[in-house]
Amino acid sequence: MTDLTLPNQAIAGKTAPPGEARALRLPTQWLGVTPFFLFALMFLILPTLYLMLGAFQNDAGEFTLENIFALFQANILAAYWISIRVSLASSLIGAFAGLAIAIAIVRGGLPNWIRSATLTFSGVASNFAGVPLAFAFIATLGRLGLVTVLLNTLVGLNIYAHGFNLLSFWGLTITYVYFQIPLMVVIIVPAIDGLKKEWGEAAATLGATQAQYWRMVVIPVLWPSFLGTVILLFANAFGAIATAYALTGSSLNIVPILLYAQIRGDVLHNAHLGYAIAFGMIFITGLANIFYIWFRTRSERWLK
Amino acid sequence: MKAGKFWAWVVFILGAAYFFIPLIATVEFSLRMRRGVYSFDAYKVVLGDSQFQTTFMYSVIVAIFTILLGVLIVVPTAYWIRLRLPQLRPVVEFITLLPLVIPAIVIVFGYIRMYGSNSPLPFLSNNVATNALLVIGYAALALPYMYRAVDTGLRTIDVRTLTEAAQILGAGWGTVVARVILPNVLIAVLSGAFLTFAIVIGEFTMASLLNRPAFGPYLQNLVANRAYEPAALSIIAFIITWGCMSLIQVLSRFAPKSANRPN
Repeated sequence: MTDLTLPNQAIAGKTAPPGEARALRLPTQWLGVTPFFLFALMFLILPTLYLMLGAFQNDAGEFTLENIFALFQANILAAYWISIRVSLASSLIGAFAGLAIAIAIVRGGLPNWIRSATLTFSGVASNFAGVPLAFAFIATLGRLGLVTVLLNTLVGLNIYAHGFNLLSFWGLTITYVYFQIPLMVVIIVPAIDGLKKEWGEAAATLGATQAQYWRMVVIPVLWPSFLGTVILLFANAFGAIATAYALTGSSLNIVPILLYAQIRGDVLHNAHLGYAIAFGMIFITGLANIFYIWFRTRSERWLK
Repeated sequence: MKAGKFWAWVVFILGAAYFFIPLIATVEFSLRMRRGVYSFDAYKVVLGDSQFQTTFMYSVIVAIFTILLGVLIVVPTAYWIRLRLPQLRPVVEFITLLPLVIPAIVIVFGYIRMYGSNSPLPFLSNNVATNALLVIGYAALALPYMYRAVDTGLRTIDVRTLTEAAQILGAGWGTVVARVILPNVLIAVLSGAFLTFAIVIGEFTMASLLNRPAFGPYLQNLVANRAYEPAALSIIAFIITWGCMSLIQVLSRFAPKSANRPN
């Protein structure tokens, strides 16, 4: 922090009249956040922009939409489609299950230790992804997994004979839910804690039933943070690769795995098509976020 | 209210079943290496594997450097935003949330294309620089968590008064940040640090695409080639994550609860 050697001037600037003093002060103010913005620019924004621009260029560096059109070939489209479905299913299941668990531990009258134990466990499980998670599900629901074998020997139900496969849409979704639910719990519990007791009492005083209280007070208040978390979960699943890669190898062609293979070995034989796939990923997570902002401004208007 | 309690138990038990059965199955599987009896053979094999030791140590060192870099970037910034540039807060918060929107694989893809051997900043031209790039990438991934943790910590102290007091005593900006602000938010910084550690230690995508000999790629390789060892490693990974989270929990008990002057 050697670049911030003008403390006296900065302090004096506070009491000095605005105008001239302000103009003098501004540059030193900005020096304090320069390392952060430099870091963000060099290692977050520019690399991403580089790919975005590359998606709209051909090998000669000319502008083209060819790469974007090339995304609409069958195998890439299929990869996007299964990624979107897995992310959507796992984020919705995770969100509703997580909300149910959060409400149960905050409002359900369960013993206090359950609440803190659940929160700690959620912190752990939301970070328990990748290879270890994939393997845990192989050991549970794989062909020789504990649950698979137990169901077969105890109930005589062979889930694989009934079409279940861990290396499939549902298999991946069930696995992803393992880190989606806890993430929801971690984020939504503070929001539920924020529901004031007085609101419930006020609603009851006005003669509202429990159902009305939920429909007209709780849900509108929780809605923005709930929706925001769903979007976060969606992006979380959409970019995840290690879990799926460990689980299915490359047999389930989701977008991150396709992109991974492309970065490793240019399997699509077109570098700029790789950029376009990356662009598509950001486009989808970005679109999800725009929806979120739009929803939130709408619901905030209602809240006022 | 009684019915509510009943359903709360149902939800809780269903959730607990979903979360514990895979863990139990993995533990059970990890103990089956020796035919017919339960044993810790898989753990012995894994822990004795020299490749496990080197990749794990590598990831631990990378995690430590990531934490240092994260602290170095986040603490002065969050402090400065609170003290002097509150109008920039939305911008900085937006940037710190970007890694949640831009997938890690896209970020590292950008690095590979931008910082290749022929570029002006050839991070990929030698081992040391590539290791540095991995640390940088991880710091970017951990940015949302680190910033959130530090900012929460700063909220509980009176930044302005502390700064002015330190300055009256003749401290420069470096001293203020390193010896006044940092010790006061140390607990918040540490919880951000442990979260970073938990994220970095088993990370696969960046390490693999930058060809680093890290723990995540090693794990991945093991899953493809072995049966019982990955189960043992999954349990070890879970215990490490658990350890990090418990430390955060313990630390948060020492953190100051109320804001002296919320701003």
